[in-house]
Amino acid sequence: MNIAEFLAMGGYAAYVWPAYGLVFAVLALNVWAARRSHERALEEARRRLMQEESGR
Amino acid sequence: MWTWFHKLASPPHFYRIAGLTIPAFSWAAGLLVAAGLYGGLVLAPPDYQQGEGFRIFYVHVPSAILSMFVYATMAIAAAIGLIWRMKLAHAVAAASAPIGAWFTACALATGSIWGKPMWGTWWVGDARLTSELILLFLYLGYLGLRSSFDDLQRADRASAVLAVIGIVNLPVIHYSVVWWNSIHQGSTLLTPGAMPIAMKWPALCMLAGFALFYGAVLFVRLRGEVVRRERSAAWLREVLVK
Repeated sequence: MNIAEFLAMGGYAAYVWPAYGLVFAVLALNVWAARRSHERALEEARRRLMQEESGR
Repeated sequence: MWTWFHKLASPPHFYRIAGLTIPAFSWAAGLLVAAGLYGGLVLAPPDYQQGEGFRIFYVHVPSAILSMFVYATMAIAAAIGLIWRMKLAHAVAAASAPIGAWFTACALATGSIWGKPMWGTWWVGDARLTSELILLFLYLGYLGLRSSFDDLQRADRASAVLAVIGIVNLPVIHYSVVWWNSIHQGSTLLTPGAMPIAMKWPALCMLAGFALFYGAVLFVRLRGEVVRRERSAAWLREVLVK
């Protein structure tokens, strides 16, 4: 099988590739969003601790 | 056994263990998805009716199964949080919701893209499609409800009630193709003999890969949720120093 034939997906290229592209873009977005959520929680905790310490 | 379980559920211990297991989950997920992609796009034979167009199956079905699996996990965790007032269970529910919402969006979008060439339409008001759309609204409602509270404990409890009530939608989605005269086909992946092995194994690889991906992303989010719920300054200081 050659590459052009593979990419053509038997005439369904316009449906198959966007479906795959979309799903993998969403998976990547999930990784990014989860990491950001973790980092934000650490930042908030840092702020909370600093407030507690300065209040003492 | 109990002491081991209690130790695992304690925030500092869980935070550390989760951090150690995330790379293993991620690698396993990546390898399984890579194998599933190669098998699904290259090795599997074309469908006798749908030709190469059926290959959307390999992203659509795992997304759809995960959209329901994540909701079930979320609702069970929410119930455990409500009954035993366990912070970690509420954290699991809160961390699962955005991931599940994205899987639901993927299932709907890829289904729509698949529907256009095969059914001749992007959308029909069908029982399976409608109940899956309701699942998306349940996730969005859950997330919206959470963000309307400033107090994390109250957000946990109120959203948990919604998550538990919403679980009635899961059997409706699953049996929608049986109960109603649906345009959507029945389950092929989970019915023995409905699919040849050459078509089936890549789908099972993708499904396992997506499930492990959920595990990895869940643990990253959970670490954040555990920190948000932690009041022990000594432990937080220890985490933040690292």
